[in-house]
Amino acid sequence: MSANELWRLSAAALARRVAAGTDVAAAVESGWEGPGAAWEADVHAVVHADRAARRAGAEAAKPGPLKGVPVLVKDNLCTTDYPTTCASRILAGWRSPYDATVITRLREAGAVIAGKGNMDEFAMGSSTEYSCYGPTRNPYDLERVPGGSSGGPAAAVAYGLCTLGLGSDTGGSVRQPAAFCGVFGLKPTYGRLSRYGLVAFGSSLDQVGIFARHAGDVAATYQALAGPDPFDATTRLTRAPDVSRWDAGVRGLTFGWPANLWQEGCDPEVVEGLERAAEWLERAGARRAALEFLPGEYAVATYYLVATAEASSNLARFDGVRYGFRHPDSADVLALYTRTRSAGFGPEVQRRILLGTYALSAGYYDAYYLTAQRARTRIRREYDEAFAHCDLMLMPVAPTLPFRIGEKTEDPLAMYLSDIFTIGANLAGIPGLSVPLEPARNGLPRAVQLLGAPDSEPALLRAGRALEVRGDVARLPRENEVEFAWPTKR
Amino acid sequence: MAYEAVIGLECHLQLRTATKMFCGCPAEFGAEPNANVCPVCLGLPGALPRVNRAAIDAALRLGLALGCDVRPTSVFARKNYFYPDMPKNYQISQYDLPLCEQGAVPVTVEGTERRFELTRIHVEEDTGKSFHPERYGDRRVSRVDFNRAGVPLLELVTRPVFHEPKECGAFLFQLRRLSRWLGISDADMEKGHLRCDANVSLRPRGAAAFGTKTEIKNLNSIKGVEKGIAAEIERQRGMLERGERIEQATLLYDADHDRLQVMRSKEHAHDYRYFPEPDLPALVVDDAWIAEARARLPELPWDRERRMIAAYGLPAYDVGVLTEQRELADYFEAAADREPKLASNWIMTEVLRALKERGISLTQWAERVPAARLAAFLDKLMARELPGPLAKQVFAWMAAEDGDVAALLERHGVRVEGSAEELRPLVQAVLQEHPGPVQQYLAGKTATLGFLVGQVMKKSGGQAVPQVVQELLREALEQQAGSRP
Repeated sequence: MSANELWRLSAAALARRVAAGTDVAAAVESGWEGPGAAWEADVHAVVHADRAARRAGAEAAKPGPLKGVPVLVKDNLCTTDYPTTCASRILAGWRSPYDATVITRLREAGAVIAGKGNMDEFAMGSSTEYSCYGPTRNPYDLERVPGGSSGGPAAAVAYGLCTLGLGSDTGGSVRQPAAFCGVFGLKPTYGRLSRYGLVAFGSSLDQVGIFARHAGDVAATYQALAGPDPFDATTRLTRAPDVSRWDAGVRGLTFGWPANLWQEGCDPEVVEGLERAAEWLERAGARRAALEFLPGEYAVATYYLVATAEASSNLARFDGVRYGFRHPDSADVLALYTRTRSAGFGPEVQRRILLGTYALSAGYYDAYYLTAQRARTRIRREYDEAFAHCDLMLMPVAPTLPFRIGEKTEDPLAMYLSDIFTIGANLAGIPGLSVPLEPARNGLPRAVQLLGAPDSEPALLRAGRALEVRGDVARLPRENEVEFAWPTKR
Repeated sequence: MAYEAVIGLECHLQLRTATKMFCGCPAEFGAEPNANVCPVCLGLPGALPRVNRAAIDAALRLGLALGCDVRPTSVFARKNYFYPDMPKNYQISQYDLPLCEQGAVPVTVEGTERRFELTRIHVEEDTGKSFHPERYGDRRVSRVDFNRAGVPLLELVTRPVFHEPKECGAFLFQLRRLSRWLGISDADMEKGHLRCDANVSLRPRGAAAFGTKTEIKNLNSIKGVEKGIAAEIERQRGMLERGERIEQATLLYDADHDRLQVMRSKEHAHDYRYFPEPDLPALVVDDAWIAEARARLPELPWDRERRMIAAYGLPAYDVGVLTEQRELADYFEAAADREPKLASNWIMTEVLRALKERGISLTQWAERVPAARLAAFLDKLMARELPGPLAKQVFAWMAAEDGDVAALLERHGVRVEGSAEELRPLVQAVLQEHPGPVQQYLAGKTATLGFLVGQVMKKSGGQAVPQVVQELLREALEQQAGSRP
């Protein structure tokens, strides 16, 4: 394979090449030099990139399991070598003086930060349309959204600009764009990946997530990033589970089949995908357990109360006093606050700050925030109960295939409802994996979601791998690399 | 109508820890502006807090000293409001589930032992400091120093248990002493280590229901607290007597002009939108930690006062002075073995005077004059081996030089033994030779004593110690006065 084809490799294969002598800079630049530039002009996955910074990163690359692997990182993860702006005008030009813990760990593992990926402003959105840099487009259909909020990294990994991506998942923001872009997307158990340096949206829901084209690459990245961090008091103190046996197959695993969830409101292509996935898992030796599961009933309301309440407080620090954008014309401090925030935040962010402020206000706290906390405890219990009957649950990521740009921007509620299958994992703190399947008839990516109890990442990845090889047990061992189904531009 | 004031205090103590409440920055005072800052205490995007256990331990010890109930699992909460010196525009504090509840501060007010009950003690972070406005070319600018942002603060809230300003003063005095005694805070109100807000309301004497309360802020000294509260009581009394309604408000006390001004009225009261801090797990203080913290508590000042009164037979006043600082009480007890009252007198007067004059701490003093050395000095004094009149001189030498009492006397050429016997005849001779000054002295013109001392000194060829001569002369003159018909 020539140097300009290195972008096609899995992270594991690329790191092997680098270990065998391939130039790190060549490995990193491959995606940008190959068809990447032309794709990027159409897709717009990247918001901050800098050839000199990539060069410096490549030169500084440490020996490690991901040596020379380029990673596009969502613009809400703090990096010292690129701006960190959360795709918001209010952080225009801000450069973090420190690296997020996950960035430090990526660097320790040898990976190179290739740039920053587009996103919905402050991770609030499901389509990467609410970005101050303009929308990202789906590489499989440029008229459609890549999903969101981590649409940039998902799209970049899908079309081959970078081998890996990091996003953040507060209500599905990794899993849903992974599904829309046809790549793997893992939202780990809450507390497994440090949030230190992830610009907070909903602190009790946020998790850093991983994009990759192969199940094994998700596992390798998880292995490099997961584990306790003294800088994040909400990380779990025990050692992260070992995911190195991601290719061990699914024999003996039971997956829940909550078919009641997709009785109505789901695209038939999505439902067909679920059935296909279930057959593949069964073919690989897993057992299907039908179950009734209804935590979705209050989940959307609960989620949007908790997330907006936390966001209203988390985003208070963006006031123009210390960093980022400051409105030039403010006579006093109140004007400084209101003008900076009115001009600096986009409409969706302002909407959520207002919703969250309202939910926490005196006289409404009990009715909204406290009730939501109680509902959240119940939802968590319902997941616990479900996982008493199965190891994993198979369900949709989103009710639809990628929707059209502009289709939902005028209808916030429709946008919120597209998160219905993903927010449960964030409320319950459990891990979820979005697994790409064969595309739908119209060529759009199609995916399923696997959910598990806390720390079930090993089982999720084994099942993800079984689906990657379409249940073909003979192909399970990791030597059998699976060729990724690349998009073809329309 | 007679009114009764009801007062509750809300006190903040800056805890003396090496590092800040939620990050590793030094919590020291006096660094260059914005030198002790990091992503966490600056509230940079993505930064997260982590709890400083030393601060929790300090609050825990205060809580245990005051007999509080310690909550095994307490919860941090965010208090949301915008202010330029607050980096995150919320303060991490505790709200409905604080670290300590109940408890009381025992205080002696005008000889009566009282117990002022507490509602709660919790920990939180301090804000930065604003400086404004300054001229900057043709603009006015405000500057913010974030060195103080994130320094650990302890908040202590009393029940509405005070009725008079002086009770509040005595309470704060005790709180300050205890904080220093436990080594958890310097508790200096002037420096802002100890801050106090007061809630004041009036009700007709005998009524059970509370009146409308106001909150007074900016009380910067114990005296200021008493005066500010007194001013507010008078203000409210005046309004009530004129038949006006008290409006709920926050007032600022201007100590320079003894004046109160309204900072914000009820309509502008903050809605802090408290909710549990999602970045921090619940704070667990287990039995082992509590037991260990309790074991590290020193004997508390009020217990020590009681014991010292019983053990040494000292007056309450002496014990009050000696227990103002734990180090002073330790020093006293180490020196007081044989002669407690004498030790008390010397420490309260001469030692404390020396500290003040030299501007040194007791620790520094004790390096020069350890308690054992002071005790040996007092022994000599009691044994009359060191004449009283010489004692102050020897004490001064002791503070400046090494050596025991005998060595000091020898070094300075003072012969003590028998010197009084040798001098008495000289004294008698001088008194007989100078009847005029003697008469003047006896008539009350004591200044002539100096002349007489000079005469005795002359006769001794300059060998006598003036203080001894003075004492002998006084003794002899007293006798003459007594023997006169």
